[in-house]
This record gives sequence, structure tokens and C-alpha cells, in this order.
Amino acid sequence: MKNLLILGAGTAGTMMANHLNSKLPAVDWNISIIDECKTHYYQPGFLFLPFDIYSSKQVKKKGSKFIPKRVSYIQQSIDKIIPEENKVLLKSGESCSYDILIVATGTKTVPEEIEGMTGPDWKNKIFDFYTYDGSKALRDKLRVWEGGKLVVHIAEMPIKCPVAPLEFAFLADSYFKNKGIRDKVDITFVTPLSGAFTKPRATQALDYLLKEKNIKEVTDFNIERVDYENGKIVDYGEKEVAYDLLVTVPTNMGDPLIERSGLGDELNFIPTHKATLQTLAHKNIFAIGDATNLPASKAGSVAHFEAEILTDNVLRFINDDPLKEEFDGHSNCFIETGDGKALLIDFNYTQEPVEGSFPLPGIGPLKLLKESKLNHMGKLAFRWVYWNMLLKGVPIPFVSSQMSEKGKQIEKIK
Amino acid sequence: MKKIIDNREIEVNEEGYLVDFTEWDRELCLCIAEEQGISMSEKHWEVVTYIQDKYQKEEPLSIRGIKKSGVINIKEFYALFPGGPLKKSTLIAGIPKPKSCI
Repeated sequence: MKNLLILGAGTAGTMMANHLNSKLPAVDWNISIIDECKTHYYQPGFLFLPFDIYSSKQVKKKGSKFIPKRVSYIQQSIDKIIPEENKVLLKSGESCSYDILIVATGTKTVPEEIEGMTGPDWKNKIFDFYTYDGSKALRDKLRVWEGGKLVVHIAEMPIKCPVAPLEFAFLADSYFKNKGIRDKVDITFVTPLSGAFTKPRATQALDYLLKEKNIKEVTDFNIERVDYENGKIVDYGEKEVAYDLLVTVPTNMGDPLIERSGLGDELNFIPTHKATLQTLAHKNIFAIGDATNLPASKAGSVAHFEAEILTDNVLRFINDDPLKEEFDGHSNCFIETGDGKALLIDFNYTQEPVEGSFPLPGIGPLKLLKESKLNHMGKLAFRWVYWNMLLKGVPIPFVSSQMSEKGKQIEKIK
Repeated sequence: MKKIIDNREIEVNEEGYLVDFTEWDRELCLCIAEEQGISMSEKHWEVVTYIQDKYQKEEPLSIRGIKKSGVINIKEFYALFPGGPLKKSTLIAGIPKPKSCI
């Protein structure tokens, strides 16, 4: 019997467990997945929770519901990977050996990286919405907040779901309008990038929306510290932005276990081949999703496209066939723009988000890079797709793992 | 597009970044720096050499990376290249503007 071991039962790990369950013969292979957390969170829902669009119950389910019966689900904390011995050490002192290891331990927010962030005002005037607890605490705050300076802030790149902070700003605009206090709220979006998004083409469309919604923008802001005593964030160039309520996306880093295992870069992300998903250091270790250092978005859709290609490559690796260099950085995401509308973008390593129709060329029904109510319905419907299709590895009709150029007004990244 | 720098015709992109790093040399560097209002000190050269080295090794540049480089701290980096230190230092060093990859 051989052992395939998956670390992390989040979006990517759970998808891999389901894909491999149907592909690896049970007579030859044991499949195990390790994760200390018993709850599977629908992370895109953390964006909606603060605005009471979703309830806390809608964004979490028991993780074991999504792991196939044949796969052993080990609910324990991981100490580290010992690649030289092909084994994973658990905090309990036990160990698990593997023939093939898939690392899907994701990314975590580390607010402690920024001086002053987790001081006395953390979860009082300073909040994050990238964690379940943070998002819920922010909801409680927004319910009673009477207005002032709201600053939506990104500490440093890369972050999970790079458009979420913008969506937060757009949704905040809607939320305060509906509450009738928009005139009492001053919204500023602060980013270390030179524009609203990482891709210039989408930045143009998004900058326009920021202006339309009267959201101020401060770019090229590299935060040095939070001066909580005076209610402001300060950057290395001495620029300052004052806040009454700071909603920040702290530094994102790979799991500390990656550092303990000596497998990560300076942010604990694992150097990984960008087209095959094999780690650069060890042939029998693969990485998927947010845990990798790939220059693609850290997002569920990316993990979904990667999972299909990684499944093929694991089978090829077992059969000693050359790995397919197929992952193209494909990413697809809805961007909530508030007032019941959303944009949709589809892009990869080399192709910028452009206008067009999706997923059927020329037909749609979804429009790329344009605001519409249907895109918003798509985003809300995605929660059902996530729980019922995506996690279980059921293919999503018409959406392929490699990006299609059909039906798009194509222009290449220079 | 073409731009005359140091009495030479140099191929640059719309933001003024060199398209071909092999066209870069110290004289050219001094001219680009001057256009940015920067007069090159020894420390400037040290930073330029460091980021060129990172570029040639295909290692991404970031503020965090500079912090850990041991070459310079972030305060000094801002003081040497006021405004946008990564944007300005890469422009002067003749390498592409960091994409601060997603």
C-alpha cells in the first residue's frame, strides 16, 4: 500500500481529496488529509458577513461533510514536514509517512507584522475581515457605528483575493447609503499598489467606480506602523492617513509550519513550478492554492483550476510520465460593486482581464469587466456552487481550467 | 518608444523604463537619476547594484525584501529615492518596474 497525504482541508485540499478519491485505486493507495480545524469556512462569505448580507451560519459547515469516506481525515495539528524522511510530524508526537505529499495549507493573516496594529484598538477601532472572528466582530461594530472616517487598507502584497478590499469599500458605500448615513461616512481606500488593482486594465474600470462612489484613493502607501494613539496609519515615506475605523488586510503569510519545515520563501510561501505545481525542492511534494509562491491570484477559483491539472500530474508522477506544464495562472472572479451589482473578470499569467462574454463566447450570459445585476446574482449563486460542486470536484459546465480567449477582446500583457 | 538620454537614443516604455537592460550603463544611470532630481551617492549605487542583481536572478522586488536585504533600511531607502523608492530605484537601475505580483 502506498500513501498519499494532503496537508490542509480548506478549499484546495478538500478538492484534491475528492478528485484523487475517484482516481486513485483503493487497493493500492491510502489517502489521508490532515487539518486541525473541524469547520470548513466559505471564505468568500467573509466579505458579506460584516454587512449582514450573510449570516454567520451561511459561511461555515462541518469539514467532514466534504471529505470522502475512504479518505482518512486526521483532525490534528501539524508540527512539520521532514522531506528527507518522507514524513510529516504531528504536534502530538505521532508521524505520518507519505509517498506523495500535497501541501494545501493556504495563507494566514499576520497582523503582528505591522507595529501597533494589534495594540489596544485591535477589534475596537481596527478590524480585519479575512478571518471568521474578524469579520463577525466587524459586523457587530458596523451595526452600531455612527460614522466618521472609514479607511479600507491593504498592508502589503500578495494578499488572498486581491479584489476583496475594493469590494469591501464598494459594499460599505451601499451599506451606509441604505442606512441613511452615507453623508456622515468618509471612505478612503489605501493601497501599496499604484492603482486600485494589480492589473492595469481592470484598474481603469475600478478607478472609475471609486470616483463614482466618492471613495478617496491613496496609492503607493507602504505602511510602517499604526499610530493608534492618534488614530492614523503612517507609511515609510511619512505619509499619514487618519481613521476613526480602520478595516485592514494585514500581511498574508504561508502557514508557520512551512517555515518550521524550511520549505518557504520570506513570506512562508512554497517555491513551486508555475505550470506543473510540483515544488521546486522535492519531486514528490506538490503544492496547491494559496500555499504556493505562484504569481497568480490567491483565490478559490485559481485553486479550482489548479486542482484539475494537479490531479492529472499526480497520476502522471505515479506512472513515471512527464508532468504536464498546463497551469496558465487562470483566475476568475466576481467583483461586488455594491447596489446589487457586480463585475466579472477572467485572466491568467499573461492575459489581462478584458471585456467580452462568459462563459459562452458571444453569448455570455455574464459580461466581463462590466457592471451588471446578473453578475451579482452569479456571485451569490456561487455559494451553492461552492458547497455542492466545487469542493466535491464536480466539473463546472463550460468553464475550463485553462483560460479561453474566445469571445474576448484580447490584448496581451506587455 | 525612443527617448534621448545622455545624447543617445534609448528604447523605453510609456513610463520611461528601459526596454533593454543591456543599454544601461553608469553614464546613462546618472542622466536618468538627474531627471528624477537625484544625485547618485555611494549608497545609491549600492542599492542599484543590489536590485539589478535581484532582477538578474529573477527574484521579485518588494519593500519586505529590501527590509531583509541588509543593504539598506526602509527609512534610508525612502530618503534616497523620495516618493516611490521601488519605482524610482528600478527606473534608475534600468530594470522593469516591479509588478508587486498578485
